[in-house]
Order: sequence, then structure tokens, then C-alpha cells
Amino acid sequence: MSTAPDLLDLRLVFVTGKGGVGKTTVAAGLAQLAAEHGKRVLVCEVDAKGDVTSLFEAPPTDFTPREIAPGVWSMSMDTEASLREYLKLHLRIPVVGRIGPLAKAFDFVATAAPGVREILTVGKLCWEVRESHYDLVVVDAAASGHIIGQLAAPQAINDLVKVGLIRSQTDWMLEILSDPLQTGLVAVCTPEEMPVSETLELAARVREETTVRMSAVVVNRVLPELFGQREEEIFEQLRTPDTERVLSERSGGNVAPVLEAARLAVTLRRTRSTHLQRLRAGLHDDDPVLLLPYLFARSFGARTTRQVAHALGEELGL
Amino acid sequence: MTAAGAPAPKTVGHLLAAKDIVIACGPGGVGKTTTAAALAATAVIEQGGRVLVLTVDPARRLADALGLKGIGNDEVRIPDDVFTEAGAHPRGELWAAMLDTKQSWDDLIRTHAPDEETREQILANPLYQNISGRFVQSHDYIAMERLYEIHTEGKYDLIVVDTPPTRNALDFLDAPQRMADFFSSRLLRWLIVPYRSRLVNLASRPFYQVADRILGTQFLADISEFFILFQSMYVGFVERAEAVTRLLSDRRTTFMVVSTLEATPVREAEFFSAELTKRQLNLGAIVLNKVLPEYLRDPKADKLALSMAARGDELAQGLTEDPVVAARVIGEVAESFINFGVVARREAEQQAELKGAPDVLVTVPFFEADIYDMGGLLRLGAQVWG
Repeated sequence: MSTAPDLLDLRLVFVTGKGGVGKTTVAAGLAQLAAEHGKRVLVCEVDAKGDVTSLFEAPPTDFTPREIAPGVWSMSMDTEASLREYLKLHLRIPVVGRIGPLAKAFDFVATAAPGVREILTVGKLCWEVRESHYDLVVVDAAASGHIIGQLAAPQAINDLVKVGLIRSQTDWMLEILSDPLQTGLVAVCTPEEMPVSETLELAARVREETTVRMSAVVVNRVLPELFGQREEEIFEQLRTPDTERVLSERSGGNVAPVLEAARLAVTLRRTRSTHLQRLRAGLHDDDPVLLLPYLFARSFGARTTRQVAHALGEELGL
Repeated sequence: MTAAGAPAPKTVGHLLAAKDIVIACGPGGVGKTTTAAALAATAVIEQGGRVLVLTVDPARRLADALGLKGIGNDEVRIPDDVFTEAGAHPRGELWAAMLDTKQSWDDLIRTHAPDEETREQILANPLYQNISGRFVQSHDYIAMERLYEIHTEGKYDLIVVDTPPTRNALDFLDAPQRMADFFSSRLLRWLIVPYRSRLVNLASRPFYQVADRILGTQFLADISEFFILFQSMYVGFVERAEAVTRLLSDRRTTFMVVSTLEATPVREAEFFSAELTKRQLNLGAIVLNKVLPEYLRDPKADKLALSMAARGDELAQGLTEDPVVAARVIGEVAESFINFGVVARREAEQQAELKGAPDVLVTVPFFEADIYDMGGLLRLGAQVWG
């Protein structure tokens, strides 16, 4: 079964990964790709840092979604705003006036009570899916250390809270989250030791502790393969002192740094490919692995986001 | 920031001569844990004494190599053999402990609970179990709490702390204060009152009506029970949280911001440095990991690579046994140099723009292999130490 092409047909995609692996880049690329395929996409940043919008070269957004590129809307999660919206929609509580102390009280309960903040985040996302304002909601989610808590929150609340409005709310959230045709998780990593280990742990925990399906693992910053075996033999010949000297004379400058840089690139690529192998070996056969090339870019913005989108599209066979 | 009159230290080694605690912080994925371990190991070689690295989640291969299999909250000593096998001679002792959040919370409750009954009730409360086990922000507080406890015991000359990965790198700084605020809040009393007496005052009634509708009465009762129990530890907790805050701003404590020169981490590191300065905490050092070699930015080499890329066929003649492949290789090599040059120049620019005024700024070159043993740690440590 080819599972990868389904990614764009999902309604809710959580993009997670260890810090620093390019989670936001992938979320933005995925949103761009879906938009290019005619979808209305909402990309939601959970750890509001404004990085998503900068990848589209747009000003930061808040809780109210705004179109930042054709077909791409962006919003930043804000649990207090989410609470306001929730109260207004479900309890018809006047938002102005009384919300002050109430929000404070709720903030307090949220700090203490497990999962309240998480449920407001996940709840808002599921609500957007249920209301079908968008074809696809892409979440630049919490880092892999925290995502499990977030995804498991509805279940945890379900276990803790026996009655009340929240209880009735978690049921439909769980329905959306548990439906592999609607919701998926994309884990991003780089071909390095810790990110790979963390991704393998995450994959296992997602299976064990949540009802969400792992849709794909994206390996970011894969270095290009410079040489095949034959090229490498020739490269070694070029690096012998005599040949290197002749090459320098002909080129009109010292080629040593240029050759050394290539050696470094080859070594890095080799170290990383062992981690890539470890990743593949540790995942289930049906977890698609998508590779994104290392971008040798001067800066990161709309252009690199499109590059990422196209690379993802190629990997997905689109 | 150094006290007036004292010369600013020039290396991390100098910096640590007068510090008890180094807190390694910064964005995720930059080698923070490894850098913290490397610094601790190097301190044992260079300074001696008893050095502890309090870590959060070391790479398994590294933990295994250090003989740290299955370590938990209790500090364990790294055997001297691990050093000698790496060709180094420890002048002191290296200890390591890993933060076990759940265990640390339980210990804290045991310390502060007024009596056995309260203690058992808290430990059994479903909310407590959730908070201590799963709740993200509780990691931040407990990491600092654990540091305070170990420091107070006074068993170590130097403690290197690896901060937990947080949503926001600053959370752990605020955690003690937040914890204190939390327990002295008026809202806490609001929550507790109706379960002590059936009388709900007018001011808090709307809150309860809403809370009941949202959360259900049972859940609210669970919360209240939890807070009533916790309130018995109020004084101890607040004092403790304040002491933890003081320790962070003590002059013997310094912060080491670890980052790489990639765009996102460097921005976070910059923000973090500014915050530390604003809070008058000691920003002792910024360590930049995985810095690409300088030769990649050499304009002469760059120009050469451009010309090599265009002249592959001509340059390859007669150099090796296969001029066709050699021409291709020269082309690839030149292209690769140009590509990495773009990244190296971008990163150099990031470094130049790096604001904040640490006492020491260290760059660590890109290590070609993963660091997974003491030898690797000491190589990294030597770079950081200066």
C-alpha cells in the first residue's frame, strides 16, 4: 500500500520533531505544496515564534487566521484566545467584561490541571477541521518531547473528567484524531544521531500512547551524494600530493582547500547515511520516509519554502 | 558581565575558575547536552575537584560509553578507566546524574509534606500524578529545584547543568517564581473555599458556575483536594522557590548559551542572551557549535572553485587514469565548495550580527564524526575550554 500520497488528502497534519531539525520549514513547505495543489490550507504555529510567516515573507499573524500566500492562511495558537472562542461558541458566555477574572482563573487552573492548555490547543485545531473552514490544517506542532502530551490530552481528560461539557467535547476530538483518513503525524528529523534516536522513540510512543497515525518521517538536510565509487577512486588520485600540485599549477591557485572541502562533504555524507540506515531499519515498513535535500541557500524565505514544497512533492510522487 | 574591577575572563576555563554552577542553555538540537558533558569532563582534567554534570537526556550511545547505563536521579561516578582509556588523566572526579522528573517531585513532596497522611494523599492524587509525570512545565521547575538541592548539599566543586528542552528556552528561569506565585495566589483560595465550607461568596459564584459546567463537579473537587493538600506545604514551597531564584542570580552561577550558526537557533540564542542580561544574570559564555571551516570563506579559493567548475575537462587532462571521470570529479568538487561557501558566509554573517555581550565567545569547528565517547567529549571540551 502506498501511503505517502495520502498526506495531502488528510484534514489535519501535525508536524513535529526534535528542536532544530527544521520542523517549521517542513510545515511551511507542506502547506505551500498543498496550496499549489488547489487546497485551502491553514498553517498553525503552536509555539508562536513567527517563523512560519517569515518563511512566506509575511508579517506575523495572531489567533485570527490571515492569508499569507495564495491558498495559505496562517495563525498562531493562543490558549487564552482559544478559551474565549470556546466560551463564546459553546457556553454563550459574554466575552466582554467578565472574561478578565475568568480568564485569569482559567489560566490558573490551566497551569495546574493537566492537559487543559493542551486540550485548548488540540480542541481549536480539531474544531477547524470539523467546521471545514479549510481543506487541510497543518500544525507546526510542539517538539517531539511534548507532542505526545498534546495528542494524548483528549484521552487523558477523558479519563480524568467523568462528566461535564469538556467530557462531551473530547469525544468528537478523539474521533477526528483517531481517524487515519483525517489526521496524521509527520515526524521531521535530520540524519544525525540524536534526531534519529528521538524519531524512533517518538514513532514507538505515538503507536503506544496516542490514537494518531504516523503518516511520514521527513529527513531534512540530506547532503548530496558527491561521488559514486569510481569517482571516489579518481578523487583519491587527485588528492595525492603530486597530482594536487599539478592541478594547482594548472588552475592558477592552491586547490587544497577546494579538495579538502569535498573530502569533508563526503565524510559528513557518509556519517549521516549510517544514521539514515538506522532510521529505516528502526521504522515499520509502512512508515514512508521522505528525503529533503540540504539547501545551500543564502537566506530562508518564500523561495526556499517553494523549494521544500517541490522536493516534498517529488518524494510524494506528485 | 563582570563585576567592576575584575578583568573579564578570556576563556571558558578562566570563567569557570570562579564559578560553582554553569547552566548550559539555548535552543534545541545544537549539541547542548554533549557540550555540557564535554565541559564537565574537561573541568575534571584541567581543574580537578568533584564535578557533576546534571543532564536531561544524553544520547544513548554517549551514556553507554560513559558507563551511565540506567542512571537516574542519584549521582553516579564515572569510572576513572573511562578517562584513562581515552588517554587522559583525571585530576578529580566526574559524576553524572540524570533528571528523573517524577522521582524528583516525589522526593520534594516527601521533604515538604507536614505529615505522613498528607504525603500519601498527595502522592495518590490523580492530578498530582499527572502534573509530576506528564506536565511539561513541571520539568522546568524540578530541574532548577534539583540543582538547588544538590548545590546545597555542597558535595561538588562545579556543577554543569544541561537544561531541559522547553517550548521556550526561558521557561526554566521563570519556573521558580511562577511556582511561588502559584501558591500565594488569591485564586488558590477561591478554589479551595467552597470545599471547606458550603458557603460560596458572591464574588466567586460565577466562576464556579462556569467551572462546573466546563469541567464537571468531580474534576473540580479533585483539583480542590489537590490544592488543599498542597497548601499545607505552602510556606516550604515558596521559600524554596525563592531560594532557587536567588541561586540562579548568585555570582557563582553563570550561564553558557549554546547554539549553532543556523538562522533559527542563532536568533533564539540572541534572544536568550538579551533576556539573561535584562534579568541581570551572568551571561558567561556563548558557545557556537558546528562552525564550518574558515577556508570555505576564502575569496581566493572561491574564485578558484568557480574557474575549476568551468574548466573541468581541460584541468583533468592526463592527471589520473581516467580523464573523463576526473573532469566530472573536478566539476563536482568545485560545485560543492561553492555550495558550502554560501553556507559558511551566511553563518559568518550570523556570527557577526550576534548581539549580547558574553564574557567569552567560543566557536567550535564542525566535528566530522559523532561524539559518542570520552575521547570525543574531551576533544570537544578542549575547544570549549580554550
